[in-house]
Amino acid sequence: MSWSVLIATETRHAGKQRSLYFWRSHEQRVVAGIAGGFAERIGVDAVYVRAALIVLAFAGGIGVFAYLLAWTLADQERPAGAAVRPDSVHRDIGFALIVLGLLIAARDIGFWFGDVIVWPVVMVVIGSSVIWARGDALDRARWSRLATAATGGEQAPGKTGLARLILGGVLVVSGVGTFLAASDAVASTGGALVAVLITGLGVALILGPWIVRQAQQLTEERRERIRSQERAEVAAHLHDSVLQTLAMIQRSDSSRRMVSLARSQERELRAWLYGADDRESAERLQPMFEDVAARIEQMYDMPVELVVVGDALVDDQIRTLSQAAYEALQNAARHSSAEVVSMYVEVEPDAITVFVRDEGKGFDPAAIPEDRRGIAHSIVGRMQRHGGYATIRSEPGAGTEIELQLQREGSQ
Amino acid sequence: MIRVFLVDDHRLFLSGVKAELRIGFEVVGTASDVDTAISGIRRTRPDVVLLDVHMPGGGGRTVIETIGKERPDTQFLALSVSDAAEDVIAIVRAGARGYVTKSISPAELTDAIRRVHDGDAVFSPRLAGFVLDAFASDAVQPVDPELDQLTQREREVLRHIARGFTYKVIAQRLHISVKTVETHVSAVLRKLQLSNRHELTRWATDRRLV
Repeated sequence: MSWSVLIATETRHAGKQRSLYFWRSHEQRVVAGIAGGFAERIGVDAVYVRAALIVLAFAGGIGVFAYLLAWTLADQERPAGAAVRPDSVHRDIGFALIVLGLLIAARDIGFWFGDVIVWPVVMVVIGSSVIWARGDALDRARWSRLATAATGGEQAPGKTGLARLILGGVLVVSGVGTFLAASDAVASTGGALVAVLITGLGVALILGPWIVRQAQQLTEERRERIRSQERAEVAAHLHDSVLQTLAMIQRSDSSRRMVSLARSQERELRAWLYGADDRESAERLQPMFEDVAARIEQMYDMPVELVVVGDALVDDQIRTLSQAAYEALQNAARHSSAEVVSMYVEVEPDAITVFVRDEGKGFDPAAIPEDRRGIAHSIVGRMQRHGGYATIRSEPGAGTEIELQLQREGSQ
Repeated sequence: MIRVFLVDDHRLFLSGVKAELRIGFEVVGTASDVDTAISGIRRTRPDVVLLDVHMPGGGGRTVIETIGKERPDTQFLALSVSDAAEDVIAIVRAGARGYVTKSISPAELTDAIRRVHDGDAVFSPRLAGFVLDAFASDAVQPVDPELDQLTQREREVLRHIARGFTYKVIAQRLHISVKTVETHVSAVLRKLQLSNRHELTRWATDRRLV
């Protein structure tokens, strides 16, 4: 068979490789990569190889047979060291002439589906391969100019590109026309539907590269849009948080205020950059107490040194504990005049303990008047109601420490 | 005069610390990356190296691992904004005598440098918290109880550090001498550096630090 003659020639070339030296292409693949691989091997455009296969398929099925044969014989991958031969116009023309010769030979032998079918097909295939060839890698730039021209863009199309489009279009149109005119029988029995289908096929062949190009542009645009959305989100977050804080720092006179602004911003930014998901972290003890500390820092310009040992899932008890801790911190921030307040939280299997401590002016717990029992009510009472206790240690001039402890009902 | 070498890739911070150490210290050199730090420490032979945990070219840990053995008299104190436990534990395990956060006050910083120079350990509240976390009691039997567990007293001292007390106040509250507090803290540091306890190993292997 004529195709296998070609393959046999290749075999001779590849004698030392112990293989047919003929491969399936991964890059240029439509069905099995046979046409692409063959094109890479002999140095013509893959579009022409596909066109030849289609044309030969109408010459008594030679194309289909050759394709299946090549599929069984080809290597799965391009062997190492085998070079992809670059396309050249000379080889393209030579290849086309060989295919034409095969076609005529097939007609003489009798592998032929009839002039009425084959010649219009040949015209359509030649026309569309003229349009499609090198539409992908070699002159994408020219195609994009052509595409903008086709959609009414202001850029002038490349001369060869436009010539190719016109030539291919004329060939496809006349091929389709010839077929429809010649096969009256088909038109009358199959009705207008067949004619419409075939005309539609012709239009698709002509506009194909442009449609493909549009689809690619669409994907590219979508990707770009997602990228710019992400950028906008980061910018928005930085604007809301970091830039606002920097602006506030610039306007602030007191260095303590600056420090506390910077600290709470740092905490927030760190949580945003490295932190867990907000929804998830809201259910753990550690972030809950971090949040309490951050709120106090923000409200009272008072740095909070927070150390947490262990972690637990938040339940009602822990929520109460954090509220009591908030009260204790607030108390220190309002009354102690200390530079900094420390909060230490330790989670143990049977208890959670919180220490809130400052080195401020302190007070005498016994001397607090009955009517100003803010601490007693909001901290001590709250803890007792939830199975815990609060101890307040303070002395005038020696700072204050409030200890909160919660007995855990069950372990974990 | 304690001779101090500063390693930090934030120049602003370097110059700030340098200004704070004007009295009582001699800043013999500064470096902003690992390579210049190593050559600078070799050249100037400082008493104490103050170094950042995170830096281009490997971080403070690489500096300690490269130069710690050839300069046994040089002490390292890690300094960082990092909150990540594994970074802090890793640099202490590499040989740093302590870890303080960059929000430390100037007085506390000079105090920490003096203490490290004297061969003691320096634990910030945060480091104390990390250590308590890592040595938390659990069901798994330690491999070497001597190294893999904290004594009740050590735990008590660490808790006080985590609560923000100074060594002096801790000594008063626990009715022991400041020297004893320092001994406990140094013992904890040794355990932290030598312990095979699974949390520490896991931290390290998780981050491919070992």
